[in-house]
Amino acid sequence: MKSSRIKWHVVVFLAPAVLVYTAIMIFPLFNTLRLALYTETDQVRVFVGLANFMTLFGDPRWSESFWNALGNNFWFFLVHMLVQNPIGIALAAILSHPRLRFASFYRSAIFVPTILSFVIVGFAWKLILSPIWGIAPDMLSAVGLKSLFAPWLGKEEYALTTLALISVWQFVGIPMMLIYAALLSIPEEILEAGEVDGITGLSAFWKIKLPLILPSIGIISILTFVGNFNAFDLIYAAQGALAGPDFSTDILGTFMYRTFFGFQLQLGDPHMGSAIATAMFAIILVGVCVYLFGIQTRLKRYQF
Amino acid sequence: MNKARQNPVNVIAAHGALILYTLIALFPVFVIVINSFKSRRDIFREPLALPDADSFSMIGYQTVLKQGDFFLYFQNSLIVTVCSLFFILLFGAMAAFALSEYRFKGNTLMGLYLALGIMIPIRIGTVAILDLMVQTGLVNTLFALILVYTAQGLPLAVFILSEFMRQVSEDLKNAGRIDGLSEYTIFFRLVLPLVRPAMATVAVFNMIPIWNDLWFPLILAPAEETKTLTLGSQVFIGQFVTDWNAVLSALSLAILPVMALYVIFSRQLIRGITSGAVK
Repeated sequence: MKSSRIKWHVVVFLAPAVLVYTAIMIFPLFNTLRLALYTETDQVRVFVGLANFMTLFGDPRWSESFWNALGNNFWFFLVHMLVQNPIGIALAAILSHPRLRFASFYRSAIFVPTILSFVIVGFAWKLILSPIWGIAPDMLSAVGLKSLFAPWLGKEEYALTTLALISVWQFVGIPMMLIYAALLSIPEEILEAGEVDGITGLSAFWKIKLPLILPSIGIISILTFVGNFNAFDLIYAAQGALAGPDFSTDILGTFMYRTFFGFQLQLGDPHMGSAIATAMFAIILVGVCVYLFGIQTRLKRYQF
Repeated sequence: MNKARQNPVNVIAAHGALILYTLIALFPVFVIVINSFKSRRDIFREPLALPDADSFSMIGYQTVLKQGDFFLYFQNSLIVTVCSLFFILLFGAMAAFALSEYRFKGNTLMGLYLALGIMIPIRIGTVAILDLMVQTGLVNTLFALILVYTAQGLPLAVFILSEFMRQVSEDLKNAGRIDGLSEYTIFFRLVLPLVRPAMATVAVFNMIPIWNDLWFPLILAPAEETKTLTLGSQVFIGQFVTDWNAVLSALSLAILPVMALYVIFSRQLIRGITSGAVK
């Protein structure tokens, strides 16, 4: 084909996707980064360079909220990594057992919470954990553990962990499915070769299957990271924009929302909101780069 | 088969663990739905009992259907989800076809550019998206939401669909070309029908996050007439915190459509995820 002529059909095929994607996603992304360098005085947009970031990190009122949200966000992520992904892997390992009966039923049932909206999940758990309704305390007293009950969502020291666990409950289906798919793709011959060498059951899991599914574990880790660092909905649905009690469940998403739209006495500030969005962008970018260059390239992929 | 792999104790333990987790997964949904059919007194007295002739009550549903405009919200959610999916699939498939079929300058670069959005969440750009929608007068229209979700869904759609389109037989397309079909006819008549399973996977992947999203409806379209079901139930439940019947009924009504969709599409969804579409 002659390359000098513009192939119009290629342009026609590409144009809609590229236009929508550029106009609604890429352009606003960079525009948000740009807006972080401005501020508004007397309804005029003024360029202020890095002043918003100086405020965000230098002014104790702002920086305290920011580090609080960032710290909470890391804890939120850590709970997911330590609870959600191991449970997901364990469930997938059990499900991938050959000739397990009702496997597809279990799979579909365990995936149900993932399809529910954050609003449903947030309120449903709020009601169940509510001391007024008493389902949680009643169930604990049925097994003789009533003393363990506390209004978990209302206590500063427990609220964030409780919300993280609710989110784990909701999303455990995703690592389960991805790991399940990875486990199924391991060829039978490899497992049989292991059996000949006397490696079966649990040790087959640790010594053969786990190393082979490491790339999938890498993928669920980065998906968890990106998902957690722009999370917002669950906290907003369960605790409101103020991320109570006393900001103990505030994460970057809720912090950005409050800053952008304002709350109670504070007016909304799109430029400070952009500065926080820029910080979130930087954090996610660092995470993705660490994954792409630090982790993914080192994991050996096996082609079967 | 080796004995060690079907030891009865192991099988029982496996089922035990799975049943336990299934109960944990379904219990909250179950509690909400059964209590939505009970009178206020019985919700508190016997929260775990099934509704019987004595405790049965539809009072919550009556309140909800009288107060909230759930049919409008449902309709809005449906319009937004269906239109977004349509555009994601159409534009995504067209771009995927261009990238996988034709060699042109900047092909790889264009592929990378479109793939950027897989990892970077569109929410980061919210401030400027709202700005853009205000300037174009699209705030509080469903169209704003459709545009945002289309942009959000395109990167992964292009990525998955172009993987599948590379597998479509070259001979088939060339046979079409020899018969004098235009490139457009080849795409719509020959290629699209062949990648239908991949299109279904992409649709199911995008459907749930779009239907459940709270962030963009809250920011771009919070007006009463454009509220989606997710935002509508959030606001509605917030107003009725003390009316337990209404809250439980509203939650059950919000669960209903998603569960219906899930029952219809779960096979497709699970096959999509496990077929390694997300590599």
